[in-house]
Amino acid sequence: MESYCYLDNSAVTRLDERVLEAMKPIFLEQYAVATSQFGYSMGIDSREILDEARASLAAHLKAEPEEIIFTSGSTESSNIALRGTVKASRKNHKHIIVSGIEDFPVLHTARDLERDGIGVTYLEVDEYGRVNPDRLREAIGDETVLVSIQHANQEIGTLQDIRAIGEICRGRGVLFHTDATHSFMRVPIDVKDINADLITFSAHTIHGPRGIGGLFVKKGTVLSKIYGGGFQEFDLRPGIENIPGAVGFARAASLVTIEENEKLMVLRNRLIELVEEKVPEVTLNGHRTLRLPQNANITFHRVEGESITLHMDMRGFAVSTGSACFSRSLEASHVIMAIGGDHERAHGSIRFSLSRFNDESQIVRAAEEISHVVEQLRVISPLGHPRDG
Amino acid sequence: MKFPYNDTVLAHFKNPHNVGTMDDPDGKATVGSPACGDMVTVYLKVDKETSVITDMKFQSYGCASNIATGSIITDLALNKTIEEAKNITWQQASEELGGLPPIKAHCSVLAVEGLHEAIQNYEEKHGLVKEKVPTTEEVIRKRLKHVMNPVKGLDLIRTNLVTEILVDGGVVTIGIDLPGNHQFAPNIEEEIRDRIENLWDVDEVKVNFTE
Repeated sequence: MESYCYLDNSAVTRLDERVLEAMKPIFLEQYAVATSQFGYSMGIDSREILDEARASLAAHLKAEPEEIIFTSGSTESSNIALRGTVKASRKNHKHIIVSGIEDFPVLHTARDLERDGIGVTYLEVDEYGRVNPDRLREAIGDETVLVSIQHANQEIGTLQDIRAIGEICRGRGVLFHTDATHSFMRVPIDVKDINADLITFSAHTIHGPRGIGGLFVKKGTVLSKIYGGGFQEFDLRPGIENIPGAVGFARAASLVTIEENEKLMVLRNRLIELVEEKVPEVTLNGHRTLRLPQNANITFHRVEGESITLHMDMRGFAVSTGSACFSRSLEASHVIMAIGGDHERAHGSIRFSLSRFNDESQIVRAAEEISHVVEQLRVISPLGHPRDG
Repeated sequence: MKFPYNDTVLAHFKNPHNVGTMDDPDGKATVGSPACGDMVTVYLKVDKETSVITDMKFQSYGCASNIATGSIITDLALNKTIEEAKNITWQQASEELGGLPPIKAHCSVLAVEGLHEAIQNYEEKHGLVKEKVPTTEEVIRKRLKHVMNPVKGLDLIRTNLVTEILVDGGVVTIGIDLPGNHQFAPNIEEEIRDRIENLWDVDEVKVNFTE
């Protein structure tokens, strides 16, 4: 069998060796905690290394270094953004707005806040997964403290018009958080251009180490600390700084190029084209152009996704599905359901997410293999035949 | 490489036995639905003299454990009499397969139900249902034990989802402890109807969700 082909890069990416090399000395030589400027020399060096990583990441977002706090990843970043703003808000500001297709860090935190008595509006999206800015405008009230709408969707890759969303929030004096976990470094983000107050981003999607993420906090944003602990990360995220992680994160971000993103888009388009050519009865989920360069999400009608992923696995490909059978909760993808899909469309959806380490021959093989797998499963599917009792 | 199922399950999944459709089956049933995540159709040919299942086919829309169980029940039921086939249990199918992950129980139970319902369909079609038992709360409860709560992978009764069963004349009222807009509500209602509406003395089935 040819080498295993990993196409689940939206879950996590393989670490780039160059990132590992950058991190090694921090584990083995420069391992002291970051001390204050009055600490010992090794700690002062650590402080400088951490600040360099911070400045380097800030530059990618056109932000100031002190506007970036390091966290353990997207889940923590979004928790701090949502809980921190609600906690800091005035008594009568107890309403937040999120889109219905947010990833779990935002969605489940919102539901949790709701149980604590915070009002939450879950905005509907259109057939592509896009939020309608007019609906957002209507949803903002006097009590609204925060709007949290993702930049790019984790499953179907749809990009939101976060510029328009940011503008609306700014106009109404409401904080705007966006989860950019999947778009960071893949789609340009300029914090001044999009009027964001808070941005979640992470290293695990760009060949960086897992366990490190970032939260952009615009200067002047009032945010409460949500954990008890030390004064690290501008007194917003206590705990010993993950300096190897921060260095790896900065290195990983510096390795992403425009050419790479263009290559991913070409590969992605080729994959969609081949699948649509080879397999009848498919639906591309999400928008054809307003989507992440690395994402393709396709429903193969009349077949179930877990069976597809297992067959693909046995043929040497890792892909993911929105099928209930694949998930731990046994619930079908809330994203596919929200874009107007039914259970059958969700259960048959397959996400291919590409990375630096994929090439055209893998894409061609993946399309070929999935066409055989789907054909085989359709032969045994009772769907499409009239159902009688 | 480590797969989520054992080799026997994988073998049946890769090359399921007795897959397909059948012209003029003597008994046929479709259980489950896409909403549930799995759907199985079972076709039977039965020798009227000996009551032996001479041919059997199945189709599956579902995950690996569903496909594998569909395959194994055809192996177990073929060349058995109707009475013998009625006694095939999910437990037996699961054992033959060398065990299935517990969370996948409901996907595999479905295939066994498909067999049982195809047999029932055969008996109803051929006037073989002898005793017309009056529908009582107990009868309904028994039938609801075959309706899955997809959230938990167990039936409605065991997961305490049934809040009320009322049998009044030909009208059966069933209360379900789920909001009507729940992801699985329409599917659960459909399955309840499938199992109750055909009872000989039932004219109407009412399914009430919360709110």
